[in-house]
Amino acid sequence: MNRRTQTVPEPSLIYSKSKAGRIGCNVPTCDTPEVDLASVVGETRSELKLPEVSELDLLRHFTNLSHINYGIETGFYPLGSCTMKYNPKINEKAAGLAGFAQLHPLQPVETIPGALEILHGVQSMLCEITGFDAITLQPLAGAHGEMTCLMLVKAYHASIGEGDKRKVVLVPDSAHGTNPASAARCGYSVKSIPTDADGNTDLAALEAALDDTVAALMLTNPSTLGLFEPNIEKICKMVHDAGGQVFCDGANMNAMVGTTRPGDHGFDCMHLNLHKTFSTPHGGGGPGCGAIGLQKHLEPFLPVPVIRSVGDTLIADYDRPHTIGKVAAFYGQFLMEVRAYTYLRAYGRERIADISRYSVLNANYVRERLKEVLPPAHDRPCMHECILTAEKYKKEHGVRALDISKRLIDYGYHPPTNYFPLIVPECLMIEPTETESKDTLDDFCDALIAICHEAVENSDLLHDAPSTRIVGRLDETLAVKQLDVRWNG
Amino acid sequence: MPYIPHTSEDTQAMLGLIGASSIDELFREIPENLRVKPGALNLPPALDEHKLMAHLTEIAAKNIDMTKVTCFLGAGVYDRYVPATVGAVISRGEFLTSYTPYQPEASQGYLQAIYEFQSMIAEIYGMEIANASMYDGATSMAEAAIMATGIKNRDRVTISETVHPHYRQVLDTYCWSMGIEVVTVPAQNGLAGDMSTVESACVIVQYPNFFGGIEDLARAKADADKSGAMFIVVSDPVASSLLKPPGDFGADIVVGEGQPLGVAMGLGGPMVGLFACKKELIRNIPGRIVGRTKELHGDKPGFVMTLRTREQDIRREKATSNICTNEALMALANTVYMMALGKNGLTKVATSSVRNTQYAIQQLTAAGGKLKFTGKVFGEFVLSLPKNATEVRDALLKKGILAGLPLGSYYQGMDNDLLVAVTEVRSKDQIDHFAQSLKEVLA
Amino acid sequence: MPMSAIPEGLKYTKSHEWIQLDGDVATVGITDQAQSELGDVVYVDLPSVGKTLSAGETFGSIESVKAVSDLYAPVAGEVIEVNGNLDSSSDLVNSDPYGAGFMIKIRVNGDLPGDLLSAAEYSAHVG
Repeated sequence: MNRRTQTVPEPSLIYSKSKAGRIGCNVPTCDTPEVDLASVVGETRSELKLPEVSELDLLRHFTNLSHINYGIETGFYPLGSCTMKYNPKINEKAAGLAGFAQLHPLQPVETIPGALEILHGVQSMLCEITGFDAITLQPLAGAHGEMTCLMLVKAYHASIGEGDKRKVVLVPDSAHGTNPASAARCGYSVKSIPTDADGNTDLAALEAALDDTVAALMLTNPSTLGLFEPNIEKICKMVHDAGGQVFCDGANMNAMVGTTRPGDHGFDCMHLNLHKTFSTPHGGGGPGCGAIGLQKHLEPFLPVPVIRSVGDTLIADYDRPHTIGKVAAFYGQFLMEVRAYTYLRAYGRERIADISRYSVLNANYVRERLKEVLPPAHDRPCMHECILTAEKYKKEHGVRALDISKRLIDYGYHPPTNYFPLIVPECLMIEPTETESKDTLDDFCDALIAICHEAVENSDLLHDAPSTRIVGRLDETLAVKQLDVRWNG
Repeated sequence: MPYIPHTSEDTQAMLGLIGASSIDELFREIPENLRVKPGALNLPPALDEHKLMAHLTEIAAKNIDMTKVTCFLGAGVYDRYVPATVGAVISRGEFLTSYTPYQPEASQGYLQAIYEFQSMIAEIYGMEIANASMYDGATSMAEAAIMATGIKNRDRVTISETVHPHYRQVLDTYCWSMGIEVVTVPAQNGLAGDMSTVESACVIVQYPNFFGGIEDLARAKADADKSGAMFIVVSDPVASSLLKPPGDFGADIVVGEGQPLGVAMGLGGPMVGLFACKKELIRNIPGRIVGRTKELHGDKPGFVMTLRTREQDIRREKATSNICTNEALMALANTVYMMALGKNGLTKVATSSVRNTQYAIQQLTAAGGKLKFTGKVFGEFVLSLPKNATEVRDALLKKGILAGLPLGSYYQGMDNDLLVAVTEVRSKDQIDHFAQSLKEVLA
Repeated sequence: MPMSAIPEGLKYTKSHEWIQLDGDVATVGITDQAQSELGDVVYVDLPSVGKTLSAGETFGSIESVKAVSDLYAPVAGEVIEVNGNLDSSSDLVNSDPYGAGFMIKIRVNGDLPGDLLSAAEYSAHVG
C-alpha cells in the first residue's frame, strides 16, 4: 500500500520568523494624556521576549500548523470514550452572536434574561433526557463534574451525620482514571471493584466491599467496555441499602440519549460531558463542559448560583444555605451551553433518540465487520462503542495494538483509543458515533482489515508506522529525560 | 437530519450484517422497564436551521451586551481588543474539532502551538515553565494551593482578602472537600495585610489585586519566607506584561486568568486558567505539559505531551490532580493573541490601560467620586460614591454605561464603593461621557 | 517472555523488589523482570535518609514514560543511604538492576518478614 506523504512546509517555531519592529495586528490607539509610568505604577519590567511578526506571517504559521493537525473535519476520528461526533456549524454561529459572546459575567443579572433562558433551557432539556430532578451547568469539564458530584455526596452525608464515617469511594477497575483522581480530590480513599468475566460489575465483590464506610460507588454505564450494565437497578439498591450513593460517569451518555435515562436506573447523580454527547467541540482538549444531574435529596447542596424560575422570572439564586459553595468563578462554560442548546433544539423531541440509536447501530456494525480480524472482548451486543483485542497479533507477530493504531494514521485515519480499559489486553476501543455514514465505516473497516493482514505478512510496516506524517514516532523517553517545555531564546 | 447520514437502505444493510431485525433489538440488554420510546421525551419540537437561528437571535437580543453599553466593568474579566486573526485561527476545523493530542504524529500542529503558548506565558509571568492551561483563573489558583499543601505536607493555606472574592470562594470549596484550612488575612488600605503565617503551605496574593492595587510582592514574599510557605501570585497577564513580573519577586507559582489575552467575555465561560511555576516543581504540577523531543528513529524534532505519569489516566488516585480536559482552544486563542500583539503591542495595550485609568480617575473624582484607596493601581480602581453604588450603577446603565462592580455584597462597609476598570478600548470621549453622566446621577 | 536474571543469594518480594543482606544492612532494588516490564525508567522517587519504614510500606515510586509503580519496603528499618546516581541516571535501573541501579539501603529493624522469596520461589512466582 503506497500512501502519499504530506507535502507541507517544515514547521518552525514562531520565534524564527520574528524581527524587531514587526507587529501582527492594528492595536487600538490611545487618546488620553500620557503618564509617567514610574510614578503611576512603579517599577516596570526591563524586557518582554515575545515574537514580533506580521499579520500574514502569523496566519501562515497557524494555517501550516493546522495542516499537520487532525480534526473531525479532517476525517474519521474513532477515538473510543471520546464521542468525536460532528460539531454543527450553526452552534458556532450561535455562540458568536454578540448578545451571547459580549456579555460580562458580573453585569446585573436583570440585563441577561436571554442568557438565563439559555441556561435554564439546557437544564430543563437535560433533566428530561437524563431523568434527574435537577441539573447544574457550573462544572467546567467532565472531571470537574465528577468532583462536584462527590462534593454533593460529601455534603449530603455530613448533613445526616454520617460525614465522619463514610470515607471510601468504590471504583470499578475498568473506570476512567478521572474517577479515582476525583475521589482523591474530595478527600476520599479509593477501593477498586473487579469486573466479572461477562464484563459486568462483580456483584459478589461489590457486596463484600459495601459497609458503612462507603460514601459512593462511581459507575460508568454503559461501562468502558461498551456494555450496558444489566444489573444496574440491583447495584444501585445494594449501595443504597448500605447507605452509599451511586454516581454515574456519563462519558458514555451517547448510547442512552432518548433511549434510557440514568435518573430512572437508580443513580443519585451523574456528570455529563457536553463536549462529547452534545456536540460542543473538543477544541484540541478543551474547553470541556461538565453538567451534572442529581436527585432531589442532593439539591440543597448545589453549587451557586442556581439558575431557577420564580413564577415567570428566571433568577440566579445565591441564597442557598446548604450550598457547597462555588466550584467555578461565574456561570460555567456559558458559550458551550449556547452550543448545546442549539444542538438540542435542532434535534428536538422527534429526533433526539436518533443520537443513541444510530451510534449503537454504527458500533455494532463495526464490531461485526471486524470480528474475524479483531475479536470483540465480549460476546455481547455493544452499545455506542466496541472493544476489540489485538492480542493474537502481539503473541504471534509481535505487533501491538499501538502499532495497528499508528498504521491507521498512514491510511489517513485517527487511531482509536488504545490500552483502555486497562483490563482488556491489547485493546482497541472504537467509537464511531452516529454522524458517520456506512460508507465511511466500510472504508475504515477495510483499512483495518488490510492492516491486520499486513501485521501477519509484513509487520515492519506497522512497527515503522506512521511513515507518511510530518514526523515518525517520537522519543518520549528523551522528552522526559531532557525536558524542553519552553523556548529559551 | 443532516447530522445523521444513514439512508434507510444503509440501515437495513447494516442491520442485516449484524443479524438484527431492528435497531431496538440492539438495546435488548437494557431492561425493558428502563427504556423510553423514541419521541416520548417531553422536549421542545425540532427547529430547522433558519428558524433555529432566528430563535437564538431573538434570545440573544434580550441581553444587554457590550455593543449596547460602554463597559467599565472588569473584576477579573475584561473588555479588551481581540484581533480578527484570533477567531480566524481558532475556528479552523483542524484545531476546533481535534481531541487532546494523545497521538503526536497526527497532532504536531496543536502540540507546537501549545509549546509556544507555554513559552510565552512563562515569559510574561517571569517564570521558568508553564503548563498547557487549566479551566479558569479561580480553579487554577485552587489547584496551586492544593499542590502547595502536598509539597509542604501542611494542611493550611493563607490568602489575602484582596484576592478576587470569587476565587476565594472556589478555594474555600476545594479546601473544604479536602479538609484544608483557609486563613484569610484582612486587607489594609486596599492592599494585602501582614501575610506572615504559622505552618501554612502557601501564601496567596493577587497582582494587581481585586481592587486594582499593585501589591508589594517583595514584602509578601518575605512574609511567606518567614514560615517557609510557598509564595503563590494570582496575576493578570496584561498587567504582568508591563509591571515587574511576579517571577522577579521569587514567586513559586503564578496563576491567572487568560481571558484578557484574546478570549471573548462570554458571560465568563469558557475562559482559560494560566499556571506557571519554578522548574523544580514540574513533577508536582496539575495538567498537561508539552515538550520538544526528536524522532525515535530519526533526527527530526517534534512535540509530545510529556511527564504524563503525573496525570489521572496513569496515576489514578495518586495523580497530581483530577484535571483531564483543559482549555486548549482558549490557550490557542491566547497564543494567537500574544503573537499578534507581540512585545510592542502588548506593552502598548497595558500602557494605554494605565493612561485611560489615570484619566478616568481624574475625571470621575472631579465628577463627585473619591478614590477609596491611596496606593498605586494598574487598570482598575475603587471609586467611593456619596450614594449607594448599586443605585448609581443602575442609574448609569440607563445612560448606556456599565459603570463597574458595586462592592457592598463582597466587603462589609463598602456599599458606596464601585470597582471601575478602564481598558485600552475605552476612549477619552467615553470616559468623559461616564464622568458627565456620573455628575448628573449624583446631582 | 525472555528469561530475566534472578541471581541466587538475594531475597525477593512478590512486588518485584530484591534485597541483599549484609549484616543488618539491606540493599534494596527492583528485579530485572520488573525493569523490563516497566521499560525505560525515567524517574525514581526515593525517600530521605533517616526515614523509618515498616515492612510493606511504600517508600517511593518508579516511572517509565507511560507507567508508574510504587516501591515497597521488603523489610522494616531506617533508610541509611539512597542511590543519588538515579537522579541523573535513572537508566541504571534498566542496565544494572542488581548493581548500580539499586534504590536504597535500610538498617534492618527486627526480624525479616516471613514472606520473602528465594530466587527459586521468585522464579516460580513470575512464571
